[in-house]
Amino acid sequence: MSEPLLRMEHITKRFPGVLALDDVAFEVTPGEAHGLLGENGAGKSTLLKILSGAYQPDAGSIEFGGEPIALETPLAAQRRGIVTIYQEFNLIPTMTVAENMFLGREPGRGQFIAWKRMVEDTAEQLGHLGLSIDPLAPVSDLSVGEQQMVEIVRALSMQSRLIVMDEPTSALSEQEVDRLFRIVADLKARGLSVIFVTHRLNEVMRICDRVTVLRDGRRVGSGRVGELGVDDFVKLMVGRSQTQLFTRLGDTRAAGPVVLQVEGLTRSRDPVNPHATVLADISLDVRAGEILGIAGLMGAGRTEVARSIFGADPRDSGTIAIDGRPVTIRSPVDAIRHGIGLVPEDRKQQALFLDLAVRNNLAISSLEQLSWGMWFVSDRAENALVERFRKALDIRMASAETKIADLSGGNQQKVVLARWLALQPKVLIVDEPTRGIDVAAKAEVHQQLDKMARAGIAIIAISSELPEILAISDRIVTMREGRITGSVLRDDATEESLMHLMAVAPTPQSIA
Amino acid sequence: MAKAEKIVPVSTRARSGLGAVVPLLSRYAPAVCLVVLMVVFAILQPQFLTPRNLFNVMRQISIEGLIAIGMTFVILTAGIDLSVGSLVACAGLVAAMIAKGSTASSFSLSTSAQAGYGWFAAMLGAMLVGVLGGMIQGTAITKLKVPPFVVTLGGLSVFRGLALMISSSGPISGFDAGYRWWGQGSIGPVPVPALIFVGFAVLAFIVLRYTRYGRQVYAVGGNREAARLSGVNVQRVLFSVYVIIGFLSGLAGFVLSARLNSSEAVAGYGYELTVIASVVIGGTSLFGGVGSVFGTVIGSVLIGVLINGLVLMDVNPYVQQITIGLILVLVVAFDQFAKSRRLK
Repeated sequence: MSEPLLRMEHITKRFPGVLALDDVAFEVTPGEAHGLLGENGAGKSTLLKILSGAYQPDAGSIEFGGEPIALETPLAAQRRGIVTIYQEFNLIPTMTVAENMFLGREPGRGQFIAWKRMVEDTAEQLGHLGLSIDPLAPVSDLSVGEQQMVEIVRALSMQSRLIVMDEPTSALSEQEVDRLFRIVADLKARGLSVIFVTHRLNEVMRICDRVTVLRDGRRVGSGRVGELGVDDFVKLMVGRSQTQLFTRLGDTRAAGPVVLQVEGLTRSRDPVNPHATVLADISLDVRAGEILGIAGLMGAGRTEVARSIFGADPRDSGTIAIDGRPVTIRSPVDAIRHGIGLVPEDRKQQALFLDLAVRNNLAISSLEQLSWGMWFVSDRAENALVERFRKALDIRMASAETKIADLSGGNQQKVVLARWLALQPKVLIVDEPTRGIDVAAKAEVHQQLDKMARAGIAIIAISSELPEILAISDRIVTMREGRITGSVLRDDATEESLMHLMAVAPTPQSIA
Repeated sequence: MAKAEKIVPVSTRARSGLGAVVPLLSRYAPAVCLVVLMVVFAILQPQFLTPRNLFNVMRQISIEGLIAIGMTFVILTAGIDLSVGSLVACAGLVAAMIAKGSTASSFSLSTSAQAGYGWFAAMLGAMLVGVLGGMIQGTAITKLKVPPFVVTLGGLSVFRGLALMISSSGPISGFDAGYRWWGQGSIGPVPVPALIFVGFAVLAFIVLRYTRYGRQVYAVGGNREAARLSGVNVQRVLFSVYVIIGFLSGLAGFVLSARLNSSEAVAGYGYELTVIASVVIGGTSLFGGVGSVFGTVIGSVLIGVLINGLVLMDVNPYVQQITIGLILVLVVAFDQFAKSRRLK
């Protein structure tokens, strides 16, 4: 093997409470495409950010092109020839392709830009890769795939030697993926190296020469594609994580009749939000007293399913039935009227009113029940509600008037759960119910979910953490690329079998 | 509205030094400023503290204060309304036309009622103009998704233009005593406009503090997406705040016309500055979700006292404008500073 282009050794990065990277070694040789794999939270993004100069490692060394380097800022990394292309692109949508290509290094004299040369150079460089994109088109007019091409061409024009791509295919159509892979092959032929951070094992097998797998912040394996197969990668990715062991709950729960039935839910590419996963023909049902887990890697479409059922996002087709009767859900107001609740994945952005008191946060959805007369909210009823749930869920707070922002993440999440429980929902969808809260609080939230199920609520639980899914679900549905790829009973599921369904199982389309 | 006080944060991080002082200061800053200002003026100008002068101040602030109450609702939802001054002019002119029974303005200062419809119809007409203006702007904001800044900037121009068209033959003046009472009258020593202002301030306080609707206004301004996902009809709340401020602008137009005994197309010119300044100085955040009517009342009084004091001290009138502008920017700068401290 030739001398590596990039050699990272003993890289360690610690965040408050988390060891994100633990003594990681990573090597890329010239002219190779290297896949970086791992579950959500395995440490891929952290490694990537160190490589792009956004984070500084606490320990370890980086060698590039044979000499030790320090990447203090993103600019320093770019100057060395390491360019990172993020999922959310760094182009300025209102400017033209040419302006974006040469942003900050426009050709010309002094303050004056040589427009003609800039446009010609841009066209020429796009032409090298066989792309016919108008250099004078504003970037906002390009498709996601074309924008990505512009980023790649810009990276090339900066004399890059290593291009890092973070989930490059998540927002691309199949044709665009094919074109991307042709270009990557072309880059390899020219001696450039590419790092591919992805969840899609099939694509790794297609395009990568070697693969490194991270798990819980450690490098757990590395090898040549071909010598190692998909199954080996799956095994490496899941393993048995030491940090997250949850008590298994719900062995004695008994499921009742079907409460929520979703049939043929589809959602096409949303021009307003192109990064939302396209959903194809999602059908599922949940019974009273049952917890249905939805497992999938990032971008699989779990959150999109939840939001579509709840009426928070548009959907193209599909029917929803509650207790066997079809219902029309066009907005969250409709969903709530039919007894559906949603605990969204991003607590701060989507659930909490950080400037308001616990009381207001908890009662916001049930004001109607707490009112006297037409308009007035009864303080007494509201306080009684808060007190009831403080006891029931063991919410730790100074008083009902405490600002929600002053509560710990776990207690905030209990307030959000209480908001829905106050409405006595038939169906509760919880999206990443324990994200960003400590281990003890996670266990508490799990117990609460178990209790709710026992009280007869049909629960859909979405989680990136397989141990969590396995601990709380009765049944698990797996998703990949906007489709359902499997449905298994908890007792038949292992982390490995689920990961297989999440990462490599063929989708119905690719079978056809 | 006094929000929860004396709370022991559950989070373990201790707030020390500046971090502890800033939130307290930002809550009581407007009231403290007002007291300081009044003390300073009382010392510099003995005339200032006379009851006559203070009631005069109250009469002066009431009309813009009334609109500021509506602006509090709008800004609580992270919106803005720049059209208020123009709407005041439109409403005042419509009220005058109804009272007079024609557009033909007489310069006659005759106080006898002519062939008009009386002050009650005039007041209703002014309110209706305001509500309609608010409904149109609210529709453009919620249905056409045009940002409030743009919609109401357009409104500022459109309503002023309409006012100029209506009054092409000049100001309409000379109303009967019943009409004038709403602007010039007093109950005991208290000016009628001040009573209207205080009355609506109390009503608004009750609405924001004790009703479902009030909670929803705070929720929509605090986190629009969370409000939507909690089942709040966000579009309806947004629409409603523009109707509320339209209604109050219409009423203010009537009261102003009554006080001046005249309606003209340039009435209410530049009100948006004073009104927005009152709300913001009163501690309502332009980012939405935080603020109170109580603060707005303090903010209105503070600006009124400031202008009155400067007038009494014979300061160049242009300095008033400069002062209000500077204070507005400083208050928001402080708000930003307090916010960055909170987030740390």
